[in-house]
Amino acid sequence: MKKILGISMSLLLSAGLMAGCGSAKSGGKGGDEILIGANLELSGGVASYGQSILEGVNLALDEINKEGIDGKKIKLVKVDNKSDAAEATSAATKLIDKDKVSAIIGAATSTNTLAQVQIAQGKKIPLITPTGTSPTITFDKGKLNDFVFRTCFIDPFQGTVAANFASNELKVKTASILIDSSSDYAKGLAAAFKEAFEKNGGTIVGNDEAYVQKDTDFRSTLTRIKSKNPEFVFVPGYYEEVGLILKQAREIGLDVPFMGGDGWDSPKLIEIGGKEATNNSYITNHYSSGDSDAKIQDFVKAFKAKYKDKTPDAFNALGYDTLYLLTDAIKRAGSSEPEKIQKALAETKGLELISGTMTLDDKHNPIKSATILKFVNGEQKFEAKINP
Amino acid sequence: MEIIQQLVNGISLGSIYALIALGYTMVYGIVKLINFAHGDVFMIGSFIGFYSITFLHLGFFPALIISMVVCAILGVVIERIAYKPLRNATRIAALITAIGVSLLIEYGMIYLRGAQPEAYPINTLPSKSIHLLGITINSQSLFILGISIVLMIVLQFIVHKTKTGKAMRAVSHDAEAAKLMGISVDRTISATFAIGSALAGAAGVIFGTYYIKIEPLMGLIPGIKAFVAAVLGGIGIIPGAMVGGLLLGVIESLVSAFGYSLWRDGVAFVVLILILIFRPSGLFGKNFKEKV
Repeated sequence: MKKILGISMSLLLSAGLMAGCGSAKSGGKGGDEILIGANLELSGGVASYGQSILEGVNLALDEINKEGIDGKKIKLVKVDNKSDAAEATSAATKLIDKDKVSAIIGAATSTNTLAQVQIAQGKKIPLITPTGTSPTITFDKGKLNDFVFRTCFIDPFQGTVAANFASNELKVKTASILIDSSSDYAKGLAAAFKEAFEKNGGTIVGNDEAYVQKDTDFRSTLTRIKSKNPEFVFVPGYYEEVGLILKQAREIGLDVPFMGGDGWDSPKLIEIGGKEATNNSYITNHYSSGDSDAKIQDFVKAFKAKYKDKTPDAFNALGYDTLYLLTDAIKRAGSSEPEKIQKALAETKGLELISGTMTLDDKHNPIKSATILKFVNGEQKFEAKINP
Repeated sequence: MEIIQQLVNGISLGSIYALIALGYTMVYGIVKLINFAHGDVFMIGSFIGFYSITFLHLGFFPALIISMVVCAILGVVIERIAYKPLRNATRIAALITAIGVSLLIEYGMIYLRGAQPEAYPINTLPSKSIHLLGITINSQSLFILGISIVLMIVLQFIVHKTKTGKAMRAVSHDAEAAKLMGISVDRTISATFAIGSALAGAAGVIFGTYYIKIEPLMGLIPGIKAFVAAVLGGIGIIPGAMVGGLLLGVIESLVSAFGYSLWRDGVAFVVLILILIFRPSGLFGKNFKEKV
């Protein structure tokens, strides 16, 4: 094991040196390869996110390299940021200075992406996060980070979509909100939900009830919500707590529809909450493997063929989409020079991807459709596709 | 009606605290050691219950027994390795060691199996909602309350009626004199740890069955809350731990009921501070002047 590690390390080092010396291989100068960096969480606390994205990226890589881009092939340079912001920063520096990549894909989480933003901006290398949903990644304090892009929609967007779904499809007039107050993600979704729901003529009943991560007993708060008689409850949290919330809500007889965002998307939600408790609840998500769209079904088939019959989840799909988004920009730019790619990326319009038809707005956030999924006996069923 | 429902919620939450607090208060009562690793023994108990149910396909009661036995052994091992060498050291040294043991168990567990949560199978115990005059009571919470009361009675019986119990009381009163009377102090302390840890193991399995989600750091907050409960009732007093636990659960539920759910952990510690200021020996404790 040590030997293999040693050999691969020395290979990596010499590859780095070669890339440093000979400009023929470096991405920007038009060799026969386009180097793309992948700065992902391949180990550490959120390794499953990074691994899933990489699977998606690798599938897209196989497909794109069959034809290549104007005869050139894409070469992926992977770096493990160990789910750590400081590692992510040094990994980004290594990718740019040593490997001379044309663009970087990553990281999975908002925190680890934010750690790279200044470097990408300073060195003028396009950076695309597949799943970093915090609004400040691309647009912070009234200033656009013009080299930074994302494939996923931002947090507040999901809240708006959920509010429109509740008002227009479920036709509810009153709703309660239960927030994970230790998460900016939850707060962002809740604020957007409230604004859109009230604009649609709905009323939020009760104050915003709140909990913090790792809480296990929600019965008192749920009893309080129940006494306000809402027709609908919005819980934009993560699956660990949401599973318990759903279970305890059903136990005290709070049977109205519940809804949340992509933070619910985990098989653990069903394990913790139980199949029955999750019935009559909905989530907004980036994509659904159950969508009947032919393009999506082809993707699901290809993914299953490559990864031992595994059904692709949203992280897989967004990883896959990210490389296609980048490839589309490289094709339109007709070059692998970072600044030309950046310009082309910013002009992305109506690009058909697995996670929806995508147009980037002036804050570099995608405007695309969101998928609504309904839980039916523990399965996520495709319910609707909502356009913004 | 809502307020009564909230009381019911509080009692079911409080019975878990009470169950953990029983072990806490017992160990303190006998060896005057605040065993901060108690919450982590509770966590280990929960995982042992989980593996017994999912891998060995055992029912609730066999899992409960296995978990209690393993935790009893674990408690004795911890006492022998970590606390016994410090028996005659300062109180603060033992306390710091307890914190160290606690962290060792937590992060050892994360090292062994990762930090991701695990879910108990739903309905290990029948879960039925009982509707009564507009209040909903879950059959599991009744069961938990029942089991806490039964274990408390058993514990009272052991402490007051058996030979081991007599030895425990003697050691807690004066360890040196007990030794002169032919009581094996070491064995008595081991027995205390075994019983206290077995209770923590039982609480762990019950917690998993009721709250489903378990993870390596789950012992932290319930452990500290149980400590507050023990102090509230009067540390070292067994019925006090029971009442303290239930009271703490009810207080927390009422805090949430008035819409301050984010303050409930804070309020638990305010209770601890107030009790330490105004009635340091706890609700059930006798105020006595310490001999100088």
